[in-house]
Amino acid sequence: MSTAQKYEPNLELAARFPEIHPPFDQVSAVTEANRCLYCFDAPCMAACPTHIDVPRFIKKIAQGNLRGSALTILDANILGASCARVCPVDVLCEGACVFHRYNKQPIEIGRLQRHAMDAFWRDGAKLERKALAERPGRVACIGAGPASLSFAAEMRMQGFRVTVFERKPLPGGLNTYGVAEYKLRSSDSLREIELVRSLGVEFRFGEDVGSEVALSKLEQDYDFIFLGIGLGRMRELDVPGGKHAGVVDALQFIADYKTGGKLTVGRRVAVVGAGNTAIDAARAALRLGANEVRMLYRRDESSISAFLLEYEQAREEGVRFHWWTQPVEVVASKDSSRVEAIQCVRTEMDSRGELQMLRESRFAISCDMVIPAIGQLPLLEFLNGCRGVKVDGGRVIVDRATGQTSNPKYFAGGDCVNGGREVVDAVADGKRTALAVAKMLEKLHG
Amino acid sequence: MADKNFTPDLSVKFAGKIYSPNPFWLASAPPTNCGEQVMRAFDAGWGGAVWKTLGDPIVNVSSRYSSVDWNGQRMMGLNNIELITDRPLDVNLREISEVKKRYPKQAVIASLMVESKREAWHKIVQQTEDAGADGLELNFGCPHGMSERGMGSAVGQVPEYTQMITEWVKEKARTPVLVKLTPNISDIRVVARAAKRGGADGLSAINTINSITGIDLDTFVPRPNVDGKSSHGGYCGPAVKPIALNLVQQVQGDAEASLPLSGIGGISDWRDATEFLLLGCSNVQVCTAVMHYGYRIVEDMADGLSNWMREKGFATIADFRGKSLQNVQEWKHLNLNYKIVARIHEEKCIGCELCYTACWDGAHQCIHLDRVGAKGGGHMTPAMREANSRQSIAMTPIPKLDHALAGNGNEPYATPLARIPRVDEDECVGCNLCSLVCPVEDCITMEQVETHLAAQSWEQRMGDASNPARKCD
Repeated sequence: MSTAQKYEPNLELAARFPEIHPPFDQVSAVTEANRCLYCFDAPCMAACPTHIDVPRFIKKIAQGNLRGSALTILDANILGASCARVCPVDVLCEGACVFHRYNKQPIEIGRLQRHAMDAFWRDGAKLERKALAERPGRVACIGAGPASLSFAAEMRMQGFRVTVFERKPLPGGLNTYGVAEYKLRSSDSLREIELVRSLGVEFRFGEDVGSEVALSKLEQDYDFIFLGIGLGRMRELDVPGGKHAGVVDALQFIADYKTGGKLTVGRRVAVVGAGNTAIDAARAALRLGANEVRMLYRRDESSISAFLLEYEQAREEGVRFHWWTQPVEVVASKDSSRVEAIQCVRTEMDSRGELQMLRESRFAISCDMVIPAIGQLPLLEFLNGCRGVKVDGGRVIVDRATGQTSNPKYFAGGDCVNGGREVVDAVADGKRTALAVAKMLEKLHG
Repeated sequence: MADKNFTPDLSVKFAGKIYSPNPFWLASAPPTNCGEQVMRAFDAGWGGAVWKTLGDPIVNVSSRYSSVDWNGQRMMGLNNIELITDRPLDVNLREISEVKKRYPKQAVIASLMVESKREAWHKIVQQTEDAGADGLELNFGCPHGMSERGMGSAVGQVPEYTQMITEWVKEKARTPVLVKLTPNISDIRVVARAAKRGGADGLSAINTINSITGIDLDTFVPRPNVDGKSSHGGYCGPAVKPIALNLVQQVQGDAEASLPLSGIGGISDWRDATEFLLLGCSNVQVCTAVMHYGYRIVEDMADGLSNWMREKGFATIADFRGKSLQNVQEWKHLNLNYKIVARIHEEKCIGCELCYTACWDGAHQCIHLDRVGAKGGGHMTPAMREANSRQSIAMTPIPKLDHALAGNGNEPYATPLARIPRVDEDECVGCNLCSLVCPVEDCITMEQVETHLAAQSWEQRMGDASNPARKCD
């Protein structure tokens, strides 16, 4: 079994990115847990893509059964610790809390979940498999992101053999490389993956299995193959000067500071786009020492894809937003050693509701770093070569209940299926698919 | 409507003799341990204080208290194994004199407990009355420690002893004598009657209830822990109020037992106090709430009671004292033809479904979740409903990916109709459970249904030979 590259937590990074949601202490956790009404068939549980039994785990916190609480969470969601930190809870469990209809603050479910999970790790993070016997059947996962981790953990729980192939040196996908460090530290993501490994999941790093040859070999060696490949690289800023070294896409920028030890940033940073990744990059730039961070977006705040809370927090931290602004050129210094400005034009909505650029409105915003965050491309080159697995609009087509693709040997989940949602969605896909695959393996091997 | 601009008179005269400016006394307990405390309590507004029980000084243990917390709230119930005063009698007597000198308007009652000898009782009665006490409270209730030495509840559990000692005290006493009753007995009226026969001028009830509050799951030692062992103690605090109210009603509803009564047991605020007064108490005594929050709580006890009296048009405590006694009846006198059913006010429902699960598992299976979907949804069990939810596929809503998934906006209430339970009024027995578990005020109300039947009690039904129900037994 090849091992993950050794990850050393960076002390300066930790100092610059204190956690945005501090943990509860024991007394406040119990107090908060006791506020929970313990709804029947609770809306928070239904809203959670992994259907964590929220009232049950909260009640266990109130009653001093922290291990039971953590196991309740892990039973539904093996990445319960990272989800507790990264989930946009105000549009999921906490958004569904009945207290919204009763003029009360919703229960702080995310922080309570973290409280239970932290206790689990303090206690040695011992997790037993549901089926201790080894069962015939082997499956492979391509990609070691949340969807594959969830799929692999459930398959091991049930006693099947799983191998996860990852071309990067560290597992976890965006959990390790792409989530803002103040929400989820890479070290915490990797710690959580050790839990998955402890169930007996085999990881193979640095192996690219995307070729036709490698895939047909996998098909021979494994009963089923799960595609948890996520999305591809970010879209490039397709303007003159867009390939300058001072233009770094948001995911690269985030991975560089999180796991690459690169804690430098421009003094004046322009982030292009207004999605959650753009916000993560902008807020990280502030923490890394940028004096000025501006976000440029071609529409206004009513159209942004970032969650409202993320947007509000970024504003509070001092990120400045420029609406109706479309970059048209990245301007470098005369010796082209550095970026000097980004040229933009104003945009407006015409009478037919289409966005128009006002050519004559050209203006410059000075900056020495440009971070485009305008979406991830699908992994089309991989998917197109993938053995007849049908893709539509860059998304793998699956049967929602089983995760099975048009090629019955292949299953898929996570961002490559849903177009780019949350960790918890990937976990839900992985688990749901694993339950279906387990049934098929039982049939296959009797 | 009554004129609301008067100032209600909160003063009471217990047993016609002991004046206090309001009905709030401190019970004999740690808050009345010494003169300095009692004077601060009077400064805070307490109308009277029953001094920590006097007797031959004892030696206490450490630790002494333990409590029961509930759902994050501290001290729902408090338990103690502390004994009577551990201070020399002459010091207590001197301080009683001084307090009475400085606070002539407040009542100071001496709680007494000595060995069961006539001379011992005569002596302490003489001493405390000489010190200036306005009255005496005989501690026949303390359930721990002292009872092992033949005092406290060891007396209060035997009617003959209670009567005998009360008689000894009355031979000597010039001030009113109250007998403090223990609840640790199968029928409190028997001892109350004995006290009355013995000549008591009043009663106080209840003393603490025998208890073991809990056990440390690491050391296996019950609380409070005294060097690895524990002992049963006396339980008090908000948890005991319902028990105290019932015992107070039993005494006050019994002609042979009934005397001016000082109500005790879990009283924490003006509403608790008012309930004891409505069951015929002349005043109330408070301990645990003061141990929790300090003497200052009396301010709102007086303020809240005054406001309520003004609202109701009661000028004095006597105007409403005992008003609820007539409303406590034996079960056999309750009207069998009275029917209420639960009504859920949809616009207030927040969709927690606690009423649904409570009715299914704890009551009569007449609350259903079938406002949306196929008819017969009411036949789904709670477990089937939860399984359905677990099988549903949910996703994080992402506006740019989800244009097609916008809600229909046609919901009549803030809560989705599918989550608002429905009461089957034909099956509802009017038990109240759903309205008790509902977290929203006035969301589930119990409404009377006209039965077109004359009121009839069980006793009346059984007494009526022509009634077919008679044939059932």
